[in-house]
Amino acid sequence: MNFGFTEEQELLRAEVRKFLDQNASLDRVREIVEAPDSPRTEPALWARMAELGWVGLNMPEEHGGVGLDLETTLVVLEETGRSLFPSPLISTVIAGKAIERFGSAEQQARWLPGLADGSKIGTFAFLERSDAMGPEGVETLAKPDGDELVLSGEKLFVSDAALADLFVVAVRSGSDAQSISLVVVEKGTSGAAASSFDVMDLTKSVGKLSLEEARVGVDCVLGTQGAAWPATQWLLDLGAALVTAEAVGSAEAALSITTEFAKERVQFGEQIGKFQGVKHPLAEIYVDVESFRSLVYYAVWAIDQDADDAQVAVSRAKAYCSDAFPQAGIMGVQLHGGVGYTWEYDIQMYLKRSKWVRPMFGDADYHYERVARLGDL
Amino acid sequence: MDFQLSEEEEAFRNEVRGFLDDNLPESHERTPDFLTNWSKQIRERRWVGFSWPKDVGGGGGSIMEQVILKDEMAQRKAPSLGSCFMGLAWVGPAIIQYGTEAQKQKYVPDILDGKYQWCTGYSEPDSGSDLASLKCKCERDGDDYVVNGQKIWTSIAMWSKMMILLVRTDQASESKHDGITCLLVPMDTKGIDVRPIKNMSGGEMFAEVFFDNVRVPVENRLGEEGEGWKVTISALASERSSIAEVHGLIRKIDEVKNLARGTIRAGRVMSEDPGIRRRIAQAETKIEAMRLNGMRFLTKQLKGEPLGSETSINKLHRADLEVGLGELALEILGSSATLMEGSEPTVDGGAWAKYSLNWPEVVIGGGTPNIQKNIISERMLGLPKD
Repeated sequence: MNFGFTEEQELLRAEVRKFLDQNASLDRVREIVEAPDSPRTEPALWARMAELGWVGLNMPEEHGGVGLDLETTLVVLEETGRSLFPSPLISTVIAGKAIERFGSAEQQARWLPGLADGSKIGTFAFLERSDAMGPEGVETLAKPDGDELVLSGEKLFVSDAALADLFVVAVRSGSDAQSISLVVVEKGTSGAAASSFDVMDLTKSVGKLSLEEARVGVDCVLGTQGAAWPATQWLLDLGAALVTAEAVGSAEAALSITTEFAKERVQFGEQIGKFQGVKHPLAEIYVDVESFRSLVYYAVWAIDQDADDAQVAVSRAKAYCSDAFPQAGIMGVQLHGGVGYTWEYDIQMYLKRSKWVRPMFGDADYHYERVARLGDL
Repeated sequence: MDFQLSEEEEAFRNEVRGFLDDNLPESHERTPDFLTNWSKQIRERRWVGFSWPKDVGGGGGSIMEQVILKDEMAQRKAPSLGSCFMGLAWVGPAIIQYGTEAQKQKYVPDILDGKYQWCTGYSEPDSGSDLASLKCKCERDGDDYVVNGQKIWTSIAMWSKMMILLVRTDQASESKHDGITCLLVPMDTKGIDVRPIKNMSGGEMFAEVFFDNVRVPVENRLGEEGEGWKVTISALASERSSIAEVHGLIRKIDEVKNLARGTIRAGRVMSEDPGIRRRIAQAETKIEAMRLNGMRFLTKQLKGEPLGSETSINKLHRADLEVGLGELALEILGSSATLMEGSEPTVDGGAWAKYSLNWPEVVIGGGTPNIQKNIISERMLGLPKD
């Protein structure tokens, strides 16, 4: 029994942490993301991480990955979350898993090597204007035309849209509620245009993918046409778990920054961290972070093992996190007092990250309702 | 991560399951005969005091085996493993660690056999959360100690034969922790007066205990004079993080769900109310977080690392849930929740109304939530003591 990490995984954690401390301090992250027209990532650092094997960590060895499990990716994400490292890692992992799990051998050979070595960035495009998490939210149409599909619609809130070289897109193949297909759309496809939004959290890139009669070959369909709702649901669950894993690191950092501030800041002749009005909210954040940490560790394991309770495990983790992390961000700013409101202090960056995390792959309302439903209520 | 049991652990789990299949049929009545036989069986298997060393009569179970045993028992709603609750929880461990040979021989077998109850004389009217400030006075007189003072919130004092008692033997010690001594006191000693306290649900579970020139032989001292704080703290620390405790909460949330399914108010089934659904899901999620937190603590123990104050995390969750589940049930019930047993519109015989008054035993008894938050912020986050 070991509900924790192996020695190798802990070594990897130390290595990633050292790399990020050296190359992506918060000051450096600010430089990257605050630059005019910043792509919200640093291609040189991304390439370096890919070289170290951290991008293709869970991708198959035969396609240039390292062939490890998702837990190991979770370790990396906790660290990128801690340092707010801006990168398309989560998006690329989801795209990679989509192709590995639901794609044919040819499709794997075609796309995975580029993703694994970091030369191609992937992402998953699901949400549309309705912001609905169910199959009914997918209105982008895929009309068959010979051995091609003609795609029309607009995908919103697509992570790393402006960076991505390939999009795994959920599209509608029929009027049946669950008649959904997953297709891979490569950048440069005629009729497909990606652009980015102005995002509150500068360390995340979010945009849209417009599809105006974009044509892709049927060889770009992952799995069976019109029968990909379970696969899509699986990818949404994977996304929720990975976002929550990264949020563990971010929330822990927000707590640590605020705790250090409370030890240094003196008012009424005392360190403010001595006052119960300050220490109790910090203890509450600690309880919450440790709890959604436990929930997401299990959720990632359950996904990897195809455990029966994987869905409910993911929903519990993301629901808890979607409430607790934003609260930690708000408390973090509040406990800083006036300086917490400034651009200069780092705590605001975590507050903004928490607001990015909250709705990503389902907010607390969505996931708690799912917990209720899966619990026979 | 790896949730596989080893071969030996698997074999032990099968042994426990087999035992439960044989001795705890699905439908059975817990008659006195049944319970006597149950006690005899688990005692023979050394599952009472299972974590204690074999040479004192314990089971010498490994950490993992202890978890398996408790977990299997809790899942099947088995009767408790032994009946001397405080004796098994902390008096026994303290005696095993600090007691003389004579004390071990005299008390440990009785605790294992559940011959009588022990109670715990720690809290005083002016020393609750700040336990180390206790004042109950104790002076040496020849071969006896003479105790004068008062204890309070002493659970089951009126039904106990023995008490583990903390007293102050040194009034002038520099640190308040240093002047404390631990005594093992027969409750029928002359000068002890037990007065039950009626709690807010109308029951009498705890008492005030007064000591008027109570003479306790020096041989009844546990550990050295002035060592009482250490004796107490280390024994309380032997309360392990219990993953099994979530089974009780799971049963409770299942009852709440059934209550919601069966309650119709203003023409609406309460299990369809979005607010109620969300709160039930939140409670379930918190219970699962407790279980998984417990697994992480267990992993730490299995790696040989000492547990710190992180167990306060689950104490806070538990406190939240003990209060919260009762409140949730009352909100589901609406107006009828205000009625106690006997009035016609009550549901489940007023059981939920009664349940909603029971939480202080757990929530305040084991250290209040505010104290748990102090512990976390000071010991886990390194914030200054106030």
